[in-house]
Amino acid sequence: MFAEIFSFFYQFADVFAFLILSAAGLAIVFGMMGVINMAHGEFIMCGAYVTVGLVHAGFPLPLAQLCGTLAAGLIGVAVEWSLVRKLYKRPLDSLLATWGLSLIVTQGMLLVFGSTLTGVGTPEGSFVVGDYTFSVYRMVLFAAAVAVLGGIYFIFMRTRFGVHARATMQNASIAQATGVRVGRVYALSFGIGAALAGLCGALYAPTMTLIPTMGAAFLVEAFVTVVVGGANVLLGTAPAGILLAVIRTGLNGWGGQIVGQIGMLLAVIVVIRILPEGVSGWLARKTR
Amino acid sequence: MFQLINGPQTLGATRVFWLPFIAVLAAVLLYPAFADGYDVGNMAYLLTWVFMAMGLCLVWGYGGMLSFGQTFFFGIAGYGYGVAAVNFGGDAGTTFLALAIALCLAAAAAAVLGYFMIWGRVGGVFFGIVTLSATLVLAFFLGQTAGPEWHIGSARLNGFNGMKDMAPLNIPWFGDDPLVFDGIALYYLVVGLILAVYLGLRMMLNSRFGNVIVAVREDPQRAELLGYDVRKYQLATFVIGSTLAGLSGVLYTSWGQFITPASVGLPAAAMPIVWVAFSGRGDITATLVGSFLVLWAFQTITVYSQQAALLLMGAMLLCTVMVAPQGFVIGVVQAVRRLFGRRRPSKEQAAPTASTVQEEARA
Repeated sequence: MFAEIFSFFYQFADVFAFLILSAAGLAIVFGMMGVINMAHGEFIMCGAYVTVGLVHAGFPLPLAQLCGTLAAGLIGVAVEWSLVRKLYKRPLDSLLATWGLSLIVTQGMLLVFGSTLTGVGTPEGSFVVGDYTFSVYRMVLFAAAVAVLGGIYFIFMRTRFGVHARATMQNASIAQATGVRVGRVYALSFGIGAALAGLCGALYAPTMTLIPTMGAAFLVEAFVTVVVGGANVLLGTAPAGILLAVIRTGLNGWGGQIVGQIGMLLAVIVVIRILPEGVSGWLARKTR
Repeated sequence: MFQLINGPQTLGATRVFWLPFIAVLAAVLLYPAFADGYDVGNMAYLLTWVFMAMGLCLVWGYGGMLSFGQTFFFGIAGYGYGVAAVNFGGDAGTTFLALAIALCLAAAAAAVLGYFMIWGRVGGVFFGIVTLSATLVLAFFLGQTAGPEWHIGSARLNGFNGMKDMAPLNIPWFGDDPLVFDGIALYYLVVGLILAVYLGLRMMLNSRFGNVIVAVREDPQRAELLGYDVRKYQLATFVIGSTLAGLSGVLYTSWGQFITPASVGLPAAAMPIVWVAFSGRGDITATLVGSFLVLWAFQTITVYSQQAALLLMGAMLLCTVMVAPQGFVIGVVQAVRRLFGRRRPSKEQAAPTASTVQEEARA
């Protein structure tokens, strides 16, 4: 009995980690900054490729993952500086521009690196509960997802930068008038978002096939989670992740992966119909 | 009826526009007489996509709803046509029944999806995200229908390999053989449909309905306060635009007698957006001309490399947004107008709408 319950929790944790890690970066870039970043999946791909490339070059996996995260973050800052900066007042154009960027990167990678990159294999290690065997790495991913949520909370609620960032997102001109370096805050926030995307790719790199279009697999999950979460990242993303993971785990158990995937996206359409402001909007109203 | 064609919501209301229009139309109609059959078939293939672009222009440019879901309806209608045509057999007449069924399926899908989004007040960006996820769900679902258990009647869906061998559109004709729409016949069918849809859309856009949807795009709240049920207008726009994408799907399936999930997925979904954004979403004529030019250029490039074509597509989108946010065709039109505008100021008073409206649509 305990084993069954743990098995359900394990599957839930797996889906939850995937949703949260995909969405965390986007929650900052899209949820907070309001930039619709269609190239989010490409930052994820970047993290994964750098990680795998460095592992092939002889780096230990955790160090390679760290480098993958940083690389995505740095590219994020560069993208913000060169493109996104000009589009803050034009959200739909930011969508088009980043989508153009995404096409360029995906096809460019396809031309340069070919269709697949040799993977590195999931770190070994498993544990047994009752009759079932579970992979340790999946639990690491779950822990990472929780840590990322904690990290976002810490950065944006407990540091000076976080205060500046939230002030800037609320009203950039007033923040600037009070001495906040708005441009730098935007660049850093975007960089953090991109780095979190890179982290997602780095963490999932050992578990999946690396192809240039892999970002698309994450993109929809990420947007769906953020959309269901609503505008407030700190209040919305985690509950949205839990809600969607429960729906998906239940449907996976009932009808398999495909039903889970499709059912979750249909559920999202229904959730948006009922809660147009997302979970965070609903929570904010409840707790007011 | 004809004054509607020259209304304030569409560019090109003067003789300066209609004379070249007739010249282009004549050239288009005479084209098969001068080109060889293969090129004509190829041109028909290019033109099948134009409906999707015009539908997106209506939904996005005029209705203010950025839909990523054009390929969703394209896929539903394309597969719908395939399934129906296989089940009915290829006999004369039944293929047009299949076409009607496919368009109804696309319209019904648009009505359901549109209801959830528009009544849920899913606006702006979220509209795009929900339609995109619908598209990806469909592509994902179709991709895994490889097994023999996935069939509708006698039509197998075949997963990634897609459906094949459905009958092309045909009608009973003099003599014993039906008139099959491929090659030159398909070309004339598509050209006729484009003309009908284009002129029909112009009339619709300049009618009361068109003015209301533009009003809704500009300021939904104000339109609502003026007594319009905004949601109904938006839903109608969305359904019409999506059905046009469906028409593209049917013609595409009929043209090649195949359709695969690849025409629904993410790279395919990007295409209509690129065409329309590049051309200028604010005007139906700009979309028609621009989409054709882009399609034609990319057809040429794709012969050399599919990947490079997509790369260029991305670059083009990025370039459009950064350099000419309202689209290159509209930009050119305005430049031309500025050159000649001083001579006929009185007749041009209707003209600025499309451009000023553009500025605000972006906000």
